[in-house]
Amino acid sequence: MDNIPSTEPVEFMLNVGPQHPATHGVLRLLIDVDGERISQVETHIGYLHRGTEKLCEGETFSQIISLFDRLDYVANFNMEMSYVMAVEKILGLDVPIRAEYIRVVTCELNRIASHLLFYGTLGLDIGAMTPVMYAFREREALQAYFESVSGARMMHNFFRVGGVKEDLPEGFLESLQSYLPKLKQAVQECDQLLTLNDIFLERTKGVGILEKVDAVDFAVSGPNLRASGVEHDIRRTEPYSIYPNLKFSIPTGTNGDSWDRYWVRMQEIQESIFIIEQCIDQIEPGPISGRTRTVIRPPKGEAYVRTESPRGDFGVYLVTEENKEQPYRIKMRSPSFCSLMALETMLQGEYLADAVTILGTLDFIMGEVDR
Amino acid sequence: MISIFRGLITTLKTTFRRPVTVQYPSTHLPLTPRYMGFPVLTWDFKIQEPYCTGCLVCARVCPTDVITVSMKDNPKAANEESHRRKIVNDFKLDISNCILCGLCVEFCNFDAIIMSDFHEEGSLTRVEQDLPLVTLLDMGKEMQDKGKFTPPPPKKRPPAKAKKDEPATDADPEKQES
Ligand code: SF4
Ligand code: SF4
Repeated sequence: MDNIPSTEPVEFMLNVGPQHPATHGVLRLLIDVDGERISQVETHIGYLHRGTEKLCEGETFSQIISLFDRLDYVANFNMEMSYVMAVEKILGLDVPIRAEYIRVVTCELNRIASHLLFYGTLGLDIGAMTPVMYAFREREALQAYFESVSGARMMHNFFRVGGVKEDLPEGFLESLQSYLPKLKQAVQECDQLLTLNDIFLERTKGVGILEKVDAVDFAVSGPNLRASGVEHDIRRTEPYSIYPNLKFSIPTGTNGDSWDRYWVRMQEIQESIFIIEQCIDQIEPGPISGRTRTVIRPPKGEAYVRTESPRGDFGVYLVTEENKEQPYRIKMRSPSFCSLMALETMLQGEYLADAVTILGTLDFIMGEVDR
Repeated sequence: MISIFRGLITTLKTTFRRPVTVQYPSTHLPLTPRYMGFPVLTWDFKIQEPYCTGCLVCARVCPTDVITVSMKDNPKAANEESHRRKIVNDFKLDISNCILCGLCVEFCNFDAIIMSDFHEEGSLTRVEQDLPLVTLLDMGKEMQDKGKFTPPPPKKRPPAKAKKDEPATDADPEKQES
């Protein structure tokens, strides 16, 4: 009779990552499972730590832009935007209006590209192979646009303190305008494939609920926060650049479950397309770069700038010293990091099989978490 | 159930579209005019010397410190063949660490360095990744043949000030070049 296994619940620790495709980068999770339910989660980060904040202290202001490209590597333009805005704030520099428009157009295009990546990989995470093909077809087109503007598909190094590097290439806006309807149609196709699909609903509805209170407590921002029903968008609450001139709505979810987080992002793609259309209408010829010196020596000061990156409220805190080519300190406030901290609460009591869905819908980028 | 069929219809519609996949090693996507490949050095066909004066600006501005440059007196400047008093002696670019940021191109005052179309420069050893001056100039000439480089307008203040009419006569062959 000794051979009969005990019926006492046994806790089992499962190690996920750091090299696991579902963790979207190098994240390590120690998951304690009780049967199929997750009882406790421990997140280990730091596998992609490159010491960007420290590196910045040794680089000149123009070189740092290329470091910011490498933070959130699917939304490079948005990262550059925050940095150049911080330096401009200290310098008290006005940016030509055309440059602002170029920045917003590229940033919003990048937001779409980033959300399309989210869409594709979420499909893969929950076992649907097709969506990623649709998403990447459109992403490819967007990246061709990025390449025609900045010369690089991912690490653009395009924004400059006081403007942008180059004007838009000839015929860019016309070509973009004719492309946007196609993009809209493609997003609709994506919608039809996944949004109301029964299997998808089953896998995401009511899974990984992030309560409003928890979301605010953990300082979650961006689409994850809006999915929990808080209407908070830096573009609206603290408008920067030309966003006050633009009309757009802020999609919010109600339950804060995985499906809401997915839905909010799909709606945001539509909003971004709408914003770009307005920009194309409003943009006028003009200078693209303010008075910028090749060597930037800002006065002593400090500035905090926050922008709405595709993952949420991205902040840059910059401290400069008098007559120095390098900053004294740069601190980044990373939205992905905060989302990841909420993970432990969200995963508790969920099925192990749903952990991947929740990870996917949080849409964090490890490059930005570890910095 | 209906939603699954709706998804299937979408898939069906796409089935008969032209494929967008590019079979990479055999087919290449066209590069845009602004494409940033590895930086290469340009060649002044008029005087038959590099544009680069070895001024070290690019080496200093490079975020990853992959450029090594040294400067020497230009022998052609002595007999007034060239307006460059100094010229590059040695130039080394470690493309394995180059992050293709384009800062060197932006900061160079002499249009001596341009971003090329070269992006498949893999090699079996690390030594081959250090491109010497000759290779960079050859790659630059190839890019210039493709018309990716417009020679800079002649400098207003050449050191050889005795020949005042030279800049005007210089302008024509350059235009033909480009
Ligand atoms: S490439 Fe330009 S910046 Fe670099 S050493 Fe030559 S002249 Fe100077
Ligand atoms: S492109 Fe950037 S990394 Fe490469 S050599 Fe030029 S400055 Fe250095």
